[in-house]
Amino acid sequence: MEAPTASYVDALARLSLFADLPHPQLEALAHSFDEEVFGEGQRVIRQDVTGGGFYVILDGEAKVVIDGQERARLTRGDFVGEIAILADEPPTADVIATSLLRCLIIPDNELKAFLHQHPSVMYRMLQIEARRLRAANVWTG
Amino acid sequence: MDRLDERPFPPGDYDVVVVGSGPGGLQTAYSLARTGVSRTAVISRDPAPGGMFRRFPVYQRLISWTKPDAPFERGTREYEWYDHNSLVGDEREHQALAPEFMDRAFDVPARPEMEAALVEFATRGGVRVRYGCEWLSTRRDDAGFVLATSDGEYRCRVCVFAIGLTEPWVAPIPGLEAAPHYAAANAPERYQGKSVFIVGKRNSAFELAQGLLPWARRIVLGSPRPVETGMLAFSPLSIRYLSPYTQHIRGGTGSYVVDAAIERVERHADGYRIHASGTTWEGELELESDEVIAATGFRAPVCDLPSVGVAMVNDGRMPAQTPYWESISVPGMYFAGNVTQASPGLHKHGATSGSGSVYGFRYNARVLAQHIAQKHFGLARERHPLHRDEVVPYLLRELAHAPELWTQKGYLARVVDVDGADGIRDEGIVPLADFVDRDGGGACAVAVEYDATGTIIPVVYVRGDRRLVEHALSPHPLHTFDTDEHRRQLAECLAPLLSR
Repeated sequence: MEAPTASYVDALARLSLFADLPHPQLEALAHSFDEEVFGEGQRVIRQDVTGGGFYVILDGEAKVVIDGQERARLTRGDFVGEIAILADEPPTADVIATSLLRCLIIPDNELKAFLHQHPSVMYRMLQIEARRLRAANVWTG
Repeated sequence: MDRLDERPFPPGDYDVVVVGSGPGGLQTAYSLARTGVSRTAVISRDPAPGGMFRRFPVYQRLISWTKPDAPFERGTREYEWYDHNSLVGDEREHQALAPEFMDRAFDVPARPEMEAALVEFATRGGVRVRYGCEWLSTRRDDAGFVLATSDGEYRCRVCVFAIGLTEPWVAPIPGLEAAPHYAAANAPERYQGKSVFIVGKRNSAFELAQGLLPWARRIVLGSPRPVETGMLAFSPLSIRYLSPYTQHIRGGTGSYVVDAAIERVERHADGYRIHASGTTWEGELELESDEVIAATGFRAPVCDLPSVGVAMVNDGRMPAQTPYWESISVPGMYFAGNVTQASPGLHKHGATSGSGSVYGFRYNARVLAQHIAQKHFGLARERHPLHRDEVVPYLLRELAHAPELWTQKGYLARVVDVDGADGIRDEGIVPLADFVDRDGGGACAVAVEYDATGTIIPVVYVRGDRRLVEHALSPHPLHTFDTDEHRRQLAECLAPLLSR
């Protein structure tokens, strides 16, 4: 991540997840939910700890770690934390920044209302989940 | 305090340099002096203590409470929860200074009262500052940092910037630069009979709206984000939202709160024309207004810090920080005061810390001073031994009354270490995120938190055999967390740890 970085709203605008949001809605998104920036090695999501949010990566990379074992890598446009929120259970993995990492965070108790207000984001999220599910099935099958 | 013409800390080599003499700088300097770090310089470009409170809030009234009379005696640790404006001292005469200056017209101090309390803290607490010394640029060297100032160069191993959020930040809206910022707003009476459009819907916007209610003909507040009425009860801003916002929801007796992205602002001979697009509603809005004020917030005056590698957050407005308020990208550089709100902690259920206010960051500064002393100078804090039978009653008392846990909910925790070679030890107040993320032996932490529904609950974290287990204890209608039932629940959570 090199300075000067894209403004927060521009960083949101270039993600496919939010591709259908018109400009005023993107502004509202940027004003409603915080940006967080993590240093390399910092934890973003914590296994077994309740209350975590939904994180969308704007810049940088992270790894998914379960019981100390690395399971996946995440990069710009990827998102995490939604499964724990939708299932109403604590996260089953740690997510740890492997570089300077810039995220949008939507708190757990606001995700449902956000998705209801923005069905286009919900649909794109479902598409990505479907691809993940198919990849996982192929992998385990 | 030195007289202003006696200027301590000439340029030279120091262990720590603290920049700033607002509440964050004063608290850090005061607490550092009590850790044993001896060669600390404190510099400030201001002529006197107080920081932003030498001037702001513009309409001269704070929003954070101090209750001069409370269920606990002034000067006690428990009283701090009822007094959100005093800095925290280690001796009685340094404690609870804000209520001494309040005339009790309101339960929140006026700006001059707050400023007087900060000056008094610096005086009584012996906080020495080199005033009139402006930090101008920064570079890193092998030993740490070199800060160039208007008086010369300061070299140090560790630096702490307590520089506030004091630089007006204007949102990148075309034409908005023609309008004054909140910081340059006029006295309320200057808006008599006028229509005023305020860009923004946060603290400073509502402060202006509240101040203009008795004067302006019409007030419109506009920004993309809707006011979250559900969150108002948790917000220190509720005191200001109250009138302008209730007037709006009751039909707008001259004040309106609009959810819209402001597309552009046009200046013309008689005032302004504002073009906006709805966010929670569909459509466009075109509005004439005699005056426009940009209440779009502030940024930290970070000078050249980004060029030495300091990563920023919040659209470049604040330095990104670790749980111990260290730059995430420049080790040895720390922050204090209200920029510590950019170290979000666990952020459980989206809860924000109190780090953007004196009541929260005064404790951050104290924890930071101890952390710097220990990590960089090997000065270990005293860790009180606890007998096995004392742990439950001790932690229960903390959950019930510790001001650090109540002001910094879900952010600061009381930690007890169980596995150390020297027996059970009180590890003090630490950032909860640090405890949760740190590996180590058996230990526990207690914190006061909001649950997903906004109810205040005691929470216990138990770490044993590298695994962390979180236990939420029961809420209580009067927030009484030292009942027999809580004692039983806490003992049950800690039993595996204490029986080892």
